[in-house]
Amino acid sequence: MIINHPLLGPRDASEFTYLGDASLINRPDWQADNAAEAFYEYGYLRDNPAGEHQELWYHEAGDRSWLVVTRNTLTHEISKVELARDVARARGRSK
Amino acid sequence: MTQTNRLDGGQIDRNTSLSFRFDGRSYTAHPGDTLASALLANDVRLIGRSFKYHRPRGLLTAGSEEPNGMVELRTGARKEPNTRATTTEMFDGLEAYSQNRWPSLKFDALAVNDMFSNFLSAGFYYKTFMWPAAFWEKIYEPIIRRAAGLGSLSMEADPDEYDKGFRHCDLLIIGAGPSGLMAALTAGRAGADVILADEDFTLGGRLNSETIAVGDRSASDWAAQVVAELSSMPNVRLMPRTTVIGAFDHGIYGAVERTGDHLATLPAGKPRQILWRIYTQKTLLCAGATERPIAFENNDRPGVMMASALRTYANRYAVTASQRVAIFTNNDDGHRTATDLHAKGVKIAAVVDVREDAPSSYDYEVLKGAQVINTKGRHGLSFAEISLPDGSTRTLDCGALGVSGGWNPNVHLTCHQRGRPVWNEALAAFVPGGELPVGMSVAGAATGIMSTCGALQSGAEGAAKALNLTGALPDLPEAEDAPVIQTPFWYVQGCKRAWVDQQNDVTVKDVKLSYQEGFRSVEHLKRYTTLGMATDQGKTSNITGLAIMAEVAGKSIPEVGTTIFRPPYTPVPIATFAGRMKGQEFHPTRLTPSHYWAKDRGAVFVEVGNWLRAQWFPLPGETHWRQSVDREVRQTRASVGVCDCTTLGKIDVQGTDAAEFLNRIYANGFAKLAVGKTRYGLMLREDGMVMDDGTAARLAEDHFVVTTTTANAVSVYRHMEFVRQCLCPDMDVQLISTTEGWAQYAVAGPNARKLLQKIVDPEFDISNEAFPFMACGNVTVCGGLRARLFRISFSGELAYEIAVPSRYGDALMRRLMAEGEEFDVVPYGTEALGVMRVEKGHAAGNELNGTTTALNLGLGKMVSKKKDSIGSVLSEREALVEPDGLRLVGIKPLLAEDKITAGGHLMKADGPVDAAHDQGYVTSAVYSPILNSNIGLGLVKNGSERLGEKMRLVSPLTSLTVEVELVSAHFVDPEGERLRA
Repeated sequence: MIINHPLLGPRDASEFTYLGDASLINRPDWQADNAAEAFYEYGYLRDNPAGEHQELWYHEAGDRSWLVVTRNTLTHEISKVELARDVARARGRSK
Repeated sequence: MTQTNRLDGGQIDRNTSLSFRFDGRSYTAHPGDTLASALLANDVRLIGRSFKYHRPRGLLTAGSEEPNGMVELRTGARKEPNTRATTTEMFDGLEAYSQNRWPSLKFDALAVNDMFSNFLSAGFYYKTFMWPAAFWEKIYEPIIRRAAGLGSLSMEADPDEYDKGFRHCDLLIIGAGPSGLMAALTAGRAGADVILADEDFTLGGRLNSETIAVGDRSASDWAAQVVAELSSMPNVRLMPRTTVIGAFDHGIYGAVERTGDHLATLPAGKPRQILWRIYTQKTLLCAGATERPIAFENNDRPGVMMASALRTYANRYAVTASQRVAIFTNNDDGHRTATDLHAKGVKIAAVVDVREDAPSSYDYEVLKGAQVINTKGRHGLSFAEISLPDGSTRTLDCGALGVSGGWNPNVHLTCHQRGRPVWNEALAAFVPGGELPVGMSVAGAATGIMSTCGALQSGAEGAAKALNLTGALPDLPEAEDAPVIQTPFWYVQGCKRAWVDQQNDVTVKDVKLSYQEGFRSVEHLKRYTTLGMATDQGKTSNITGLAIMAEVAGKSIPEVGTTIFRPPYTPVPIATFAGRMKGQEFHPTRLTPSHYWAKDRGAVFVEVGNWLRAQWFPLPGETHWRQSVDREVRQTRASVGVCDCTTLGKIDVQGTDAAEFLNRIYANGFAKLAVGKTRYGLMLREDGMVMDDGTAARLAEDHFVVTTTTANAVSVYRHMEFVRQCLCPDMDVQLISTTEGWAQYAVAGPNARKLLQKIVDPEFDISNEAFPFMACGNVTVCGGLRARLFRISFSGELAYEIAVPSRYGDALMRRLMAEGEEFDVVPYGTEALGVMRVEKGHAAGNELNGTTTALNLGLGKMVSKKKDSIGSVLSEREALVEPDGLRLVGIKPLLAEDKITAGGHLMKADGPVDAAHDQGYVTSAVYSPILNSNIGLGLVKNGSERLGEKMRLVSPLTSLTVEVELVSAHFVDPEGERLRA
């Protein structure tokens, strides 16, 4: 596979380490009333879509950016690659 | 021995003779031959024994689709089993052996299997060896493996080198037949970067096997001329002997180049094979087509071959399989073979054509509407029995029988992603269909365009279209353009043992039987009969099997469906996938700056996370590792020892939010850590389990140095970057791994300070008052060299860790040894380190095993509930906070000499010894030279409340039972007075 790194251009997938669903960015509030339940879902439950999937890849043999890659699990077509930091900010994460 | 079956012409170099051996016997050949053509030239038809029934088998084809003609090539450690004779390029001194026979090829004792064939039909293994289960491993499987087999391994390491490489192009053309050559010419002249890969050693594909003309010259001359032009183009890379084995995602192809298989001896440094990864925008598949057989009774007898293969052997290699040849065909192409062989002076016994309206010939007899119903001959074909349309039979005297059932496009690579071939009624064959790999298009016979003229044209057009070329295409040479009509004829009715898959010994009957037994899906048929599951992936058998199944099911072939193909296109040696990553090169070896100093001291090394670490330093006279380790521990605790701890992960954390960031990744708090202080940090995974531990030293308000364990250095850094980028993107914090930037040494023992005072420059006060336990700071050593000093202790002694830039590591180690002489300083390795940390009760890798929580390790109070940190919420899950859960304890045998075994389980002093009564297990075990006793650490249910309890340590596997006592994990200096001294 080739991942089109937003800063470095097309790079071979072998330079990257895969983590999993980009929902891992959505870490729950530790002080919420349902924190235990929310962290359980965050840690263990994943969608398994046949189609577009947002997932986290780490450019370990490169610039060490975490990326959110939108990949079609049926065709492996990659339609979007973003810096995870930008996605995290867009999802409201800050400090 | 003379080459009795050699004909005139061909593309071999008759001026040079090569000698080779098959089963120990010497023969001659010429450059340009394959092992297969050379064997046929020398009238060797019997090549091997079949997989299941041990029937005599010869060559079926002249290419990589060969199911039968497999040999063991070369000798000794270079022996390669299951090598296809049809693709083995001849070299002087080649040695090959037939396989799967005992004691000899002509007399094979296991041919007795053939007589029991009624019992060995489809699914035989499943039906027969169902019971009792225990018999499988001990009795059935070894017998089956011995009887049913292919070649044997040398059991020695392959001494040759294999390599890997990367290539890039605009257009990858797979196959250098008429369409591939024309495509390369079109793209090459247009200036595109082209790779043209072909599995053969001579480019040209079928053009080298035919007597037709292309333009004003013979087909093979035309091919040679095009290859010469392509070779002169700097933008075209020709890759003969290169098989494209797979189409992968996003325009990436795998290819195996056999750089040295055709050489008797590899030049030094030259790899035998190279695994290429080719990145391309566009791909044109010009893989051609494979002729398919017709199944009939005893159609596997050596001498029964594909008609096109006979033509290849005659035209390209100037060889005939026999001086008397018959043809069995359902299409016009079979007649071509008869015509070509006849022109070369080979006697054509007859052409048997199933069609009533088959074309006639002046040169040989054509039996129209006839079928081959049986063959005869011991170890090879002597006669073919023919049934004629009037019901009579006739026997043909022939030593070879060429069979042609039409041609199947080579769609394999189109299926490697999501392509699904579609049925073409006119060709009665599958052609590429569905979604092809990104950027791939198909030309020539691979897409069902069977004439030479059509192939040339579709190659040129395919290249132009792939590259969006707008100019005029190269002029197309004239070539034959005969219409190709294929009316299916799969097998002769009434046959009993007609072979469909010759490599896995599957007959027409087996396919029918499996359908009757309920295997209705093609995929089930494959697995039940093993049809198409041999190393040839059923290139000559899949479609026939499918057709038979369709017939018994009363369906059309497309209704039954098709199987698809997976990479690799042809078998690839494991060595090629490994490349240079074998033995010592399997992963990198990392050496610390003072490695050679340690080596000179005679250190014994151990591999930890790619690093080589000194395990202990034996002295002359020490014969057992324990002597060295005990000495290192005693000397360190008595005076001072030095240990290389460079391999610990070091991560520099800087920024105004650095403290807040550490608060997030560590379970314990860091916000209030003063500058100049170090703190132990416990890192959890989000699921609440302990991930790693280490220390964080605050060198400035906005600057920390974090250490990790050696083994987790990479994963902890990755995790920290995840938290930084994905969870707290707005924190002002930067990370960088400095593991390799600093050489770091632990200096431990009562005299540690005295030794360091001789090293650290005098303007830095490192007295206990000025630099107490857990202090840290920047200092200079040895007269101005910048260094970092941390007063931390893993051994439990008064101890420091001192770090200098890597290039000074070796010098610092030597200086420490020299200055420490007066204190009787000792270098110690990882074993002594381990002993001392167990004596002190520190958890390490054995305890941080991914299944333990902070509570398990007695560190529950470290998990702060006042702040947000990774893992703190889930660490409170009910099951993880059970009062009866595992707790870290010390374990001491009642008799000091009794050995504690890591991995052993603990049982109550009385009662049953079984899993239901398990109380916990031992994680670490060492001999303590300080306590003169074996000791251990373990995790025991509610262990912290059970100190003093006697238990049994058991290891049922080794029948070990030792009486032990649970004690505090802090065996040495429980109050910590020594490390604060």
